[in-house]
Amino acid sequence: MNEKTSITLNVNGRDYAVNVEPRKTLADTIREDCGQTGTHLGCEHGVCGACTIILDDAAVRSCLMFAVQAQGKRIRTVESLADGETLHPLQQAFIDNHGLQCGFCTPGFLMLAANTLEQQPDIDDAELIEVLSSNLCRCTGYQNIIKAVRAAAVQMRETATR
Amino acid sequence: MSHGKPGRTYPTPPAAKDRRVIGHPVTRIEDRPLVTGHGRYAGDINFDHQLHMRIVRAPVAHAKINGIDASAALALPGVVAVWTNADIATLSPIDFRADKSAESLKAYRQPALAKGRVRYVGDPVAAVFAEDPYLAEDAAELVQLDLEELPVIVSASDKPGTFDDGLHTEAGLFTHTFGDVEAAFKTAPHIIELDLVTGRHSGVPMETRGAIGRYDAARDLLELHGAAKIPHRNRETLCRMLDRSPSALHVFESHVGGGFGIRGEIYPEDVLVLLAAVRLGRPVKWIEDRREHLMCANQGREQRHIASIAFDDNGIILGMRDEIFHDQGAYVRTHGANVPNRTMCMLTGPYKVPAYAAIAHFRLTNKTPAATYRAPGRYESSFVRERLIDAIGHKLGIDPNDVRRRNAITPAEMPYARPLEALGEEIEYDSGDYIGLLDKALAAARWTELQASLARRRAQGEAVGAGLALFVEKSGLGPTDGVRITVDTGGLVEVVTGGASIGQGIETVVAQICAETLGVDYRRIRVVHGRTDQIEHGIGAHASRATVMTGSATHAAALKLRDKAIDIAAELMQTSKDALDIIDGKVVRRDAPAGSSMALGDIARHLAPGSKTRGEREPGLSVTGWFTTDHQVYPYGVHIAVVCVDRDTGAVAVEKYLAAYDIGRAVNPALV
Repeated sequence: MNEKTSITLNVNGRDYAVNVEPRKTLADTIREDCGQTGTHLGCEHGVCGACTIILDDAAVRSCLMFAVQAQGKRIRTVESLADGETLHPLQQAFIDNHGLQCGFCTPGFLMLAANTLEQQPDIDDAELIEVLSSNLCRCTGYQNIIKAVRAAAVQMRETATR
Repeated sequence: MSHGKPGRTYPTPPAAKDRRVIGHPVTRIEDRPLVTGHGRYAGDINFDHQLHMRIVRAPVAHAKINGIDASAALALPGVVAVWTNADIATLSPIDFRADKSAESLKAYRQPALAKGRVRYVGDPVAAVFAEDPYLAEDAAELVQLDLEELPVIVSASDKPGTFDDGLHTEAGLFTHTFGDVEAAFKTAPHIIELDLVTGRHSGVPMETRGAIGRYDAARDLLELHGAAKIPHRNRETLCRMLDRSPSALHVFESHVGGGFGIRGEIYPEDVLVLLAAVRLGRPVKWIEDRREHLMCANQGREQRHIASIAFDDNGIILGMRDEIFHDQGAYVRTHGANVPNRTMCMLTGPYKVPAYAAIAHFRLTNKTPAATYRAPGRYESSFVRERLIDAIGHKLGIDPNDVRRRNAITPAEMPYARPLEALGEEIEYDSGDYIGLLDKALAAARWTELQASLARRRAQGEAVGAGLALFVEKSGLGPTDGVRITVDTGGLVEVVTGGASIGQGIETVVAQICAETLGVDYRRIRVVHGRTDQIEHGIGAHASRATVMTGSATHAAALKLRDKAIDIAAELMQTSKDALDIIDGKVVRRDAPAGSSMALGDIARHLAPGSKTRGEREPGLSVTGWFTTDHQVYPYGVHIAVVCVDRDTGAVAVEKYLAAYDIGRAVNPALV
């Protein structure tokens, strides 16, 4: 297990050649070897969702995967959301609706919500609340997080039909 | 605005319509880096050649340490050192930062690594230092502990045991009394006694704790990164423990993923990374895992109260008594006996109580050490007091809210002095309309209809009810805080505070206050906090006072800076100071705001040390402002909860929750 192996990870459209132990988690590798520290680790056992990233077309918990399992996949982290200086509608909506306090859970929520809205742009409220319940926030932010994601969903739908 | 006593005057703020930033729910200046993944939390801080620390922890709650064998761990390539208590024998235990009663508790302080005995599950026994965090964890698992288990104490109300040779597990016995409570109970028509327990809780911030120690041998500077809550006060304690001068030890807070009172106190790991950085000559990083957090971070609130109340036929309180068993856990941590003392001092809450006697047994058990967790002492005391109030109502057959109405201190009786102390100050409630707030909360909850509907549901067999508590909080503990504001030649305003951010929005609030006072855009203000190398003093983020203290110091500094800018601008613009105002970062004439102006950045240039236009003025567009208060303030609130318990499974559902507070004037309503 301690023998390192060379792999290539595609993170946010860029290839990173990294040399990792097979047991190294994808989250640790994204943070330490690819330098993308926006992905956070809150529990390291798949409960909190702070490390949520988008792998191909699925929101996954990067603490529950090994880096070697992510070879050949398209990895997206919170750093990929903004387009230069222009924030993603979700990022702007989190700011506008006070959807964060300490911000530690925010990248996970943003990636979970981004994936959800990509897959189901017309998701209804009940289902949205169900999806957002899979991540933890401890600063009492759920109401505003739901508000923010709803606002972004509306805006993204409007942009798409324009 | 008067603050109760004569002499305590504060500037009257402008009317809401005239305020530009204060009082508006503006978006936070903190947010952009946090939503784009550019936050810098403890785990994101790295230094070249750093080592990683892993702690070997006690797997049992109480045992004698017969031996520790680290040979297999040390044999792993990449493991640099393994320390046990023998390696840090001269290091002071984790010291107290507060509480004058602490002197008698010194023997109960926690050593950074367990000495002779382990006393709770998670007690640090050894520290492993390795090249890589995975390797450090491997090595920690190879450290063999030879432990001889001892009987455990799990309840603070059981008979006390032996902590160590000659030391009892009752570390202290504290009392707070006033009035003739004996007489009150002897003559009272009614007495109720309740045996109440508040459970053990802890804060679980999304980010676990972290500490990175770094020693700059070239400059003899020791640095602790990953700090939170109270960087300046922690520096004082660390300097005492490590025998360093404050200017040779700096504490750095960057982003903090939640605090809840438990994060940011000094723990064994903070001291170990500092000592290791010096001894091993490399930066040392430690990041707590979630399991460690749940075992080792401060817990709190576990108390048993045998509380009684004496009252007359009308439900008027004649006296209160409480015997408290405070479960402190395995060691006395940084707060000393602060929590049980605060519990006793806040127990009487919003009511007139003529006589009072409380006693607290401050006892050690074989559990995680306790300290301050969100509203320490107020949570516990509010529960006990409000249960007593409800009990009076039930006994006399009157509405418990009428008992509250009959006993509450009225606005006319403010300020109201209580012969008790809170955080070293005599309690004097500054203001409050407790019953006014209670009535508003009841109306908002539609209390009468709610009670009727709950009664119907109970009649149908449901276990459902509503609980209400009226309580007094404390805020704005002084005495003094200061900030430094500087405008650079580019017009950027920097406010250097000794505050700390745990996500509550302090940067935005400080920026709003500075912006309003100075006349600049709040988004053009950088707020620095949590860095002992930037400002000598600081109160951090605790005990609900950052807006009161740091915010008021910001106001004081911004007024001074404004005056300094206008003073030189008046000379340069050949007019009087009174004729000038600052709007959007520019000094303008009040009578012609669209006319000629001077940007603050230009004024900073005129005030440069080499500037000929500076005259005799002190160089730089920079000032320090201070705010001092001789008394904390006492906010108050009402909480209402509707809770249903499933009779088959015991599952608890909180159906409704209402919180009502007198929040005064919100600097930013979105953040309240």
